[in-house]
Parts: sequence; structure tokens; C-alpha cells
Amino acid sequence: MERLHFATVGSVDDGKSTLIGRLLYDSKSIFEDQLEHIEAVSKRRGDDYVDLSLLTDGLRAEREQGITIDVAYRYFATPKRSFIIADCPGHIQYTRNMITGASNADLAIVLVDARTGVVEQTRRHSLLVSLLGVPHLVICVNKMDLVEYDQAIFDKIREEFETFASRLDLRDVTFLPISALAGDNVVSRSANMSWFEGPTLLHHLENIYIASDDNRIDTRFPVQYVIRPQRADTPDYRGYAGRVAGGMLRVGDDIMVLPSGLTSTITGIDSPDGPVEQAEPGQAVTVLLKDDLSITRGDMLCRPNNRPRTSQELEAMLCWMDDAAPLQLDKIYTVKHTTKLARGKVSNVLYRLDISNLHRETNIKELKFNEIGRVTLHTTSPLFFDDYHQNRTTGSFILVDESSGQTVAAGMLLSPRS
Amino acid sequence: MKSALRSLIDEAVTIIREVAAEFERPAMLFSGGKDSVVMLHLAARAFSPARVPFPVMHIDTGHNFAEVIEFRDRAVRDLDVQLIVGSVQASIDAGRMQDATGPRASRNPLQTVTLLDSIKEHKFDAVFGGARRDEERARAKERVYSHRDAFGQWDPKTQRPELWGIYNGRHKPGEHFRIFPISNWTELDIWQFVADYNIDLPSIYYAHRRQVFRRDNMWMAVSPFLQPEDGETITEELVRFRTVGDATCTAAIESSASTIEQVIAETSVARITERGATRADDRISEAGMEDRKRTGYF
Repeated sequence: MERLHFATVGSVDDGKSTLIGRLLYDSKSIFEDQLEHIEAVSKRRGDDYVDLSLLTDGLRAEREQGITIDVAYRYFATPKRSFIIADCPGHIQYTRNMITGASNADLAIVLVDARTGVVEQTRRHSLLVSLLGVPHLVICVNKMDLVEYDQAIFDKIREEFETFASRLDLRDVTFLPISALAGDNVVSRSANMSWFEGPTLLHHLENIYIASDDNRIDTRFPVQYVIRPQRADTPDYRGYAGRVAGGMLRVGDDIMVLPSGLTSTITGIDSPDGPVEQAEPGQAVTVLLKDDLSITRGDMLCRPNNRPRTSQELEAMLCWMDDAAPLQLDKIYTVKHTTKLARGKVSNVLYRLDISNLHRETNIKELKFNEIGRVTLHTTSPLFFDDYHQNRTTGSFILVDESSGQTVAAGMLLSPRS
Repeated sequence: MKSALRSLIDEAVTIIREVAAEFERPAMLFSGGKDSVVMLHLAARAFSPARVPFPVMHIDTGHNFAEVIEFRDRAVRDLDVQLIVGSVQASIDAGRMQDATGPRASRNPLQTVTLLDSIKEHKFDAVFGGARRDEERARAKERVYSHRDAFGQWDPKTQRPELWGIYNGRHKPGEHFRIFPISNWTELDIWQFVADYNIDLPSIYYAHRRQVFRRDNMWMAVSPFLQPEDGETITEELVRFRTVGDATCTAAIESSASTIEQVIAETSVARITERGATRADDRISEAGMEDRKRTGYF
């Protein structure tokens, strides 16, 4: 069975937690003791309904304030697929936690309140989903029950979003009119919206085609760990462990090692289940080579005729995530990119993106908490990378503050503007 | 098509290797419970044909199920790993804390002191744990690399962002990380792995007849460490354990599932979560797990 990892995003009161509660409840994935628990807490608080958000708001501070602070992960399965849900916070100050939840997602659900339509947080989150390269987007126009299931309102929101989204890089967008509270078009089809001919949300999640989202063309294998048993029964074993970041590895393939540029041939691939003939993106394997080369963690294997870009001067979209201090130009940070550690500094902010209208603001000298900008980055040693849109693994990096140890920025590498 | 379990194995193996590559002194917590058994098997596969390049550590309350200790010693021998035992009894004898007393005393919370002392003694900078996000609502919020300050505390409000598969393990001397490679596994995934790879588990995970008594709507096992109070009567029931922890706070469930396949069938239709069905320690308060985690618990 295949697994779909999806994130739910959107503004604070658009009904994310209720939608997740509805999906879990209608797919019979809520356990009795969990339901009893949230019923008891709701009752003790004096609520006259069962607050389904208590299912995902697991921290004391979240329950006290009634908001989602950090991403919560939930798991459920239907006979067709299993699912990981990353329930992301809606508040602007917790955007870094929203990015954490969405960075690995195959699909993002953006909730929109039918009564208010597209609001700033809808635009912000859609932009982030687009920047993060989440392959599939579902716009759920929620609370249709509160607008009398009016098709005109759904159509208007759809147009409004499409106008905004035409300037974003979104490959696959689906619009669904739903009511998470009443259950319309979530798991079962709505009798109240016979005008809508599309699928229910669950049907869409179960059937959307995701197998082609990985890059299976450009072979990339960042070396993570060298396995040398030095045991009597395997005296000469020397394997390069890692996770395939792109393309296919096959026994017999010619490969090139970066940065050395030396070439060799794959003589064996060991998986957690033993030897295999080939490995595909996402697989954790150990590669054996014909020649005894000097290869260490941070090196990369690729095909001799299909290499990643190699450079110490890079351009990236940078999301600044540190609430303690802004990005300082020319300050040295640690750069973590695939399995490679380097140090680097941002020499220039080309522009800052105004998230509400996508305007590019120039003459910027810093990026503050939750701001996004296009920057040039200089690193102490070359990175082997691809454009983020070609490869989410070899195109991404983080910056770490060397004194606090905090992860202060997430970066997506791009081709330099011509 | 990649199966869901296949992706989980790849993810866990990658995390385990990453820690071995980046940290100076990792260790893996190993209680003999099913989650830690699966995690240790994943570690063995991550480094094969080499040995697992770090020791395993058991924090031993002294209140164990005999079958589990016997299993623990057999497993570390079979997988050729070094075992370190942190003893709660030794911590009590050394005056680090007082033993729990009273009719419902449990040493479960005392494990935190021994765990933190052992981490310090062996200078571990990364400690793998077999916690899963589907177990409990505070765990559902935790990162794969979870930072602990010099007091061993978790601060859920300042968790580092964790994007893509890039993990940040930078820390100051005296601080450490807890690492959760099987964060995204569910109880059913664990059992599917046990079935697919024919993993040996302590016998008490399968149905057996045992002397038990009813307390707080749960079947507690009679042992030298736990006896019924007035009004609680001992009966013999057909039970198994869904989780394995300290014998004083881990309950059994009524079950006739005696094979892996039968356990999977039972787990697929379970209507109660595993901790809800078996853990007295989670019932202390609404945020029992979060509060314990904040002070350094697993």
C-alpha cells in the first residue's frame, strides 16, 4: 500500500482541525479512549459541542490558548492508501512550524472559509506551498453550509484564487466545496451540492497519482556514511551508504564521484533487505564500487554525463525563521546541504517578497523573522546541487547559527537569473 | 510502487546512519519492548555487514517481567551489540533519589533520574528512542531530532524547524539530542515489520494465562512488585501485553492472539489506543506525558 503525506494549512478559523477530525472520524480512525478524552475535556470547559481540535492540539499551551502552535502528525489508513497528516499552525508567528510540516508533503490542503473567501493567510500559505514545491494543492472551500451551499460563492472564490495563483508556480490545483462540520464532500458526497461533479476530498486523496513526483532521471546519491566492517569474514567490504536523492542506481552503471571527478562502476547495491539490482529515489542503500577510491561523507555519486551543478556562489529563495535575530549580511553561518556541511554567508538580498501581493522589494539589507527573499550565498566549499524545482533534496539547504545552534533559515536553490 | 512500510524503513535507516555520522557518542535505548526491538533491528540493517557502531542502554527499574530481561540478554547477544544497564536501584542506593513507597508506588517516574545520570556518565550526545508519534498527543508534536538542554529538558515551544530530511544536531557541551527514527510508524506498522521480517519478541506479547487482578479498569499482573489491595481479587485470565514497560504500571489486555497474524488482526480492529489500554502512568493528568518529557523522560 502506498502512503500519501499531506499537510493542512490555511487561516486560523478556517476549520483545519475540524476537517481532520471529520476525516479521522468518518474513516473510523479515532479510538474510543481518544474520543472519550476530548468529550470529557470539552464538557469540563463548558462547551456544548465536542471540540475535535483537541485531537491534534496536544500541548498544554495549545489547549490553554485554543490555538495550534506546532505541527501535529496524525496517521490513518483506508483500504486504498495510508496517510500521514501534518496539521500545520495557521498563525503568522508559527509560520516556521507550518513550513516544517509542509516541506515533505506530497499534497497540501488549503482551507478557505466560504464566508470570507481568499484572505492574506490563504495567499501566504499558498505562496509557501508553491515555494516549497509541494506537487499537489487542494483548495477546500469550507463552511459551504453557512452560505446555503451556493455555487456562485464557490465559483467566485475559485476565480479569486486563480487570479492570485496565476503568478505562482503551482502545477496541480483542485477546488472542492465542502463542509467539514456537516461532512459534505469530505468522505461522502453531498446531497446539498448536486451542482458539483468533482470527487469527495477522501476520494481525491486516495486516488491522486503521486508516483511520478520523484525525479527518476537525474541520478544523485549523496554519500552519508562509509561502511567498513573490517571483520574476518568481510575483509575487503567498503560500502557507501546513503539515500537515493534522484534517478536510478543500477548494478553495472558507470558513476562519477564529486568533487574528485573520478569514475568507477557499481558492482553491488545492498538494501536493508539484502542485495538488490537497482535502487530508486528515497531508498536507503549501500553502494559498492569496482575501484578503491577515496570517498567520504559529503561526496556525491552521479552519472558521468549527467552531473549536478557545482558552485560556491549560489542563488536561493531564503525563508528566515529565527525570531531572535534577523539575517545579517556577511555573517558566517553553517550550511547543511544533503549530507554536506559547509560554512557560508549571504552577500546580497536581491529582493524581498511581499507575501500579500508578491511585489519584489529591493534595496533590502536584512531579512526579519518570517520574511522571504532571494539572496546570493557564498560557501567555503562547492555544493553539488540542482534547481529546487528539479530536485527537492539536492536543491534544499538550511542555515544554522553557529553560536545559538538554532536552525535560522530554509533555502531553496535556484538557477541564477539571466 | 513503494509500499508505506518500505518508505518507513528507508527513513528510519537514513536517520540512524545520519546520527552515527554526525554525533560523537550515540547510544540506543533498548527495553526489550517491541518498538525498541524493531529499532535495533533497523540499526543492524543500517550498518550491515558491519556491527552496530554504538551501544544499547536499558534503564532498568528493577521491576521487570522476567521474560523481558531474558529476551533482552538474548537479543543483544544475537545482534552482537554492547549492552549498558542504568539501574534505578543503584541510583536509589547512591542517594540520587528516594524509592517510591506506598500501596501504588511505581518506579516509572524515577527512571528519568537514572536516564539523565547515565547519559552524563557515558557522555552520550545522542540517544535513540523508539517513541512513535501515534502513541500519544505530546509525542505527536515532537521532532525527529529533539534537543535537550543541560538539564535534560524538552521545551516544546522552542523546537527547531525541521525541514525536508535535513536534521540539525548542533548542541553545546552537556546538552544532548533524543532521536526518534520510528516517529512516523504506527502500532500496526511495527507489527507488519515483525511479521515481514519474522522478528523475535518477548513471549508476553502473545496470549498466555496469567494471574491478574482488576484495577482502574485494567488487568494488572501479579508480581513480587505488585500485589492486589483489599477488595481486588486475583483470577487467572488469557491475556497478552500490548506494551511492555515497568511491571507496576503496565497492564495486560484480554486476548487470545497467540501468533503474529492474530495480533495483527486484533490490532487492526482495536478501538482503544495502546497506551490508553495499558498505561497507568498516562492517566495522571491531561498533559502527563508532556510534563514528564519536559523534565527529561523518554
